[in-house]
Order: sequence, then structure tokens, then C-alpha cells
Amino acid sequence: MRDKSIRELQSRFPYVHAFFDDNAISYAGMEHLSLRGVIEAMSESEREEFPYEIETLEHNLETFIEQMQAFLSADEDTVHSITIFPGTDKSGVPEQFDRLDMRPGDVICIVGPTGSGKSRLLADIEWVAQHDTPTKRTVFVNDLVPESKWRFSISDKLVAQLSQNMNFVMDLSVEEFVRMHAESRMIEDIDGAVQSIIASANGLAGEQFSPETPITSLSGGQSRALMIADTAVLSRSPVILIDEIENAGIDRKKALELLLAEDKIVLMATHDPVLALLGDRRIVIRNGGIASVIETTEHERGILKELEVLDARLSELRNRLRDGEILR
Amino acid sequence: MNLVTISGPPSSGKTSVILKTIAAMTGRGIKPAVVKFDCLYTDDDELYRKAGIPVKKGLSGSLCPDHYFVSNIETVVDWGLEQEYDLLVSESAGLCNRCSPYIKGIRAVCVIDNLSGINTPKKIGPMLKSADVIVITKGDIVSQAEREVFASRVQAVNPRAVILHVNGLTGQGCYELSTLLYDDAHHITSLKGMELRFSMPSALCSYCLGETRIGESYQMGNVRKIDLHTGADHER
Ligand SMILES: Nc1nc2c(ncn2[C@@H]2O[C@H](COP(=O)(O)OP(=O)(O)OP(=O)(O)O)[C@@H](O)[C@H]2O)c(=O)[nH]1
Ligand SMILES: [Mg+2]
Repeated sequence: MRDKSIRELQSRFPYVHAFFDDNAISYAGMEHLSLRGVIEAMSESEREEFPYEIETLEHNLETFIEQMQAFLSADEDTVHSITIFPGTDKSGVPEQFDRLDMRPGDVICIVGPTGSGKSRLLADIEWVAQHDTPTKRTVFVNDLVPESKWRFSISDKLVAQLSQNMNFVMDLSVEEFVRMHAESRMIEDIDGAVQSIIASANGLAGEQFSPETPITSLSGGQSRALMIADTAVLSRSPVILIDEIENAGIDRKKALELLLAEDKIVLMATHDPVLALLGDRRIVIRNGGIASVIETTEHERGILKELEVLDARLSELRNRLRDGEILR
Repeated sequence: MNLVTISGPPSSGKTSVILKTIAAMTGRGIKPAVVKFDCLYTDDDELYRKAGIPVKKGLSGSLCPDHYFVSNIETVVDWGLEQEYDLLVSESAGLCNRCSPYIKGIRAVCVIDNLSGINTPKKIGPMLKSADVIVITKGDIVSQAEREVFASRVQAVNPRAVILHVNGLTGQGCYELSTLLYDDAHHITSLKGMELRFSMPSALCSYCLGETRIGESYQMGNVRKIDLHTGADHER
């Protein structure tokens, strides 16, 4: 691989330009040379600034291509199930469940006071704990002891997390932003992905935004909507953690549907009754351990119907107020 | 004793991560200590002391902090061995992005934060590019998409490193990090004969030696001039 010319590398691995860009190596006009050739063609002073031995860089290029190839060909190993086996709570008391199976399409809520151990549970899943974390839980993927790639790969993570306070720090338009993300995920149909993300996000947000809107000027609800749509389409992580979708200007039910349509396992840390009851199950966390797992009952689903009516009424009023109407 | 060198740009979260990571090790019978290297000022030592962790600090003052680090780390390691600590963590700020005093055979961790901008991985030299473990902090205040883009840029410049997302405030990820920092197979008994991973800049111009006057005739030694025509620079 290291002896191949840049032109040859480019034709076999179209993404390889990212490696050169991110390492600040410009090869314009030198595509016929190998990586080593380009570095050797640098002037004395350019090379001196260069923080590598050539061998290290060649090794990095090979590793980079291997990782990308693995990422691109990983479609086959889809996740059908994630299973948690019990450990102990903070006091060392064994957790009272046999096994907890999660499958794509499941919506599972996590409830319990702040600091009770919600993030540890998530971390156990993300780190695919093998009796080697403070909780001593064990996590299986597809009924097997998982491969170590889930621990260390940054492009193939088990859990994608939609954090609660979400600020954008980049100075880009919505379209540029989504495009950049799509490129880094090496999606084939980038234009299509960008369009569908923006359209779905607008379907979730109360107020519309355009592809040209700067991301830093999106409202809280719009940012959330954009991130949920973006994660649904671009993330390969089988588990999506949502930390409390607040009410503000976003259709929560549609947001869930969007994620479920992409066959995700959705975990929600929430105490909002509408969301909690939309879930199939609730994991109750206490003192660092899973205290119980509750299936949503028929009676609760009845309550959910009532809540949804109330919820619809609330958002209707909210929209009318926003439009400057007088309520009567 | 294990030695781990942790560096990263100022305020990237090094101290927060080290504190939480050491806290995650309690109960494993590991006796930790920290040495903090900085330039002019630091009150990190207070934070470590408050957490009950033995700490030493070294300020480089008018010297290059990285040169200062290499000239002193051996003494500090000897202190740690004498005190029979199990894990000595050195925290140093990467100030010029150009060098980093990582040592061959000694675990090197770079802490970098999501807020620093997606072009930062490109700009940081060996400190990031030759680290064994890269810790990305402050993911809690950016979007999932930004986290993914940032991490992929980091991966492109150092594909062989283990990259971890850690929250320096809540400590999420610190337990995982702690498992990578201490290893019974990595004990050292001295730094004698060890080598830096990467050479420091070929410095020593008249300004290194205390010159303050501006002007061509005061410039001696290793001087490089900016080329305003192409934007690149070249040696005189
Ligand atoms: N939101 C957020 N803030 C963080 C995180 N990690 C660190 N911080 C904050 O960032 C600031 C700097 O953190 P420090 O741990 O002091 O950074 P440092 O790299 O040790 O700084 P110096 O030693 O001064 O170079 C503090 O206010 C921390 O509370 C994080 O993951 N998320
Ligand atoms: Mg510090």
C-alpha cells in the first residue's frame, strides 16, 4: 500500500484525500508520487516542520485505510439484540433481574433520581462491560461476547447520545453542517441524505428553518429537531440515548417514530409522563443498580391517551400564541 | 511504579480528567501522585491537594516549558519511586503545538476538547499525533454530529491511538480511561537511557538568548523569514 501512487490510492480509496487534508500534506501536481515521494519532495524547512518519521506516517496511512475499509464493509454485522446481565448496585447488592434484552424498535425509558446511576448504565452498554466495570454488569451483543471493536472504534460506537444542552460551536449553515457530517460518515448519496435530514428536521420542529440558516441561530427546538433527524439518518450506532426531549417546539412522538423507522434501540432518560409511557418498558434505577424493569401496562396506555389529548391541546395553544392570535 | 504523561492545550480539561480518573481507581489499591508542569502560573496543585493526592509542581518561567519538562522529569520520577507511589501522572500544558515531550515506552495521553474547532487536530503537532491515547472532552456541550466530525478528524491524524470521549465534569468515561492508564506490566524503575519520541525544535536564535531589540541586525542563529509572496516561509 505504501508504494502506491497517490493517484492509484485515490482511485481505489476515494476517501483517502481526507487523510492528506487532515495531516496538512498537499500533493497538488504530485499525484504520480507515493506518500514517501511527496514528503521527500518537500523543501528542507517544510519537512522539518513535519512532526513525523516517514515510516510512522506510512504506517498511519495504512491503518487509516484499514479502518475506513472496515467501516465501509461493516454493514453485514447489524445488531439484532443487546443483552444486559445483572451486576450489583453501589452497596454491592445483586440486581434483581435475570437478563434485559433490547431489540431494534424498542423504546426503553430510564427513570430514577439524578446521580442514581443512569450514566453508568449507559457507559456499561457503550463499553460493552464484561464484568469489568464498577457495576460488574455484563453486556452481550447478538447473544455473544462482543468484539472489542465496539469499545475502541470511534466510527462504530454502540451508543449515540443526544445530549440535553446542545450548542453548536461551528460557524456554518445548516446545509454545510449536515454535509460535513455526511462526508465524515462517508455516505454515498450525500445530497440525498442532506435533503432528507433537513426535511425531516423541519417536520419535527414547530418553526421552519432553511438550509441557509446558520446553525448557531437555530432555536433550541430546531437544533434538537436537526440533531434527531441527523442522528436517525447518519448514525450507525444501534442504540440512541436521548437525554430528556424537552417540550419546546418539537413533535416528540414523530421524533421517536423517525428513530424507530431506522431500526434503532431508543433509550430515553425522562420523567415526562408522555414520553415515559410511550416506551415499552421502564428501567428503574436506584442506588446505582437496576431496581426493577416495568412493562408499560394497559391501564398506563389508557392514561397515555388522555395525556396525548392534553398535549395536543397545549401545543395547539402554543402555536396560536406564537402566531399572534388571541385565545378565546 | 507506572508513569503516564498527560498533555493537551490549556484548559482542555486535563486536571478535571485526571482527578476523576484517579477517583475511579479507588478501591484498586493503587497509590497515585501527580506532577504538574506549567509556564508561569498554576493552581492545579491546590486542586490535587484538596483531593488528597500528593502533588509537586514545576514552573518553567522564562524557559521553554517542554525543555524544562525533559530536564526535570527524571528527578520527579526518582521522587515518586522513593515515595513508593504506584502511579505517577505528569500533567503538562502543550503551549506551542510544535513539540511534546513524550517518552518512548511511557504511556502518552493527549487531552483535547470539542470546543477547540475542527481544524485543531490538524494544527497540533506531535502532542496529538504521537499520543497513545487521545481523550476528547466537553462533548456535553456540542452536538452529536460535531462530536463525530471532530473525532474523525482526530482519527485521521492519529489512526493508531485509542480515542475516548470523556466528560471532565461528570467523569463519564473516566473509569474506562483508568483501565488504560495503569498496568502491572508497565512498571519502571528509572528513566535512564530512555528517549524522547520526537526531537524538540531546532531553536536558539538571539531572542532565545534574551535579545529584546527588534531589527535585522540583532537576529542571529537559527532565523526563519516569512515569505509574503507565497504565504509559506523559508529559511534564510
Ligand atoms: N462542559 C464541560 N466542561 C469541562 C469538561 N472538562 C473540563 N471542563 C471545564 O473546563 C475548564 C478547564 O478544565 P481543567 O481541567 O482545569 O483544564 P486543564 O487542561 O487542566 O487546564 P490547564 O491545566 O490550566 O491548562 C474547567 O472549568 C472545567 O470545569 C467537560 O467535559 N465538559
Ligand atoms: Mg490543569
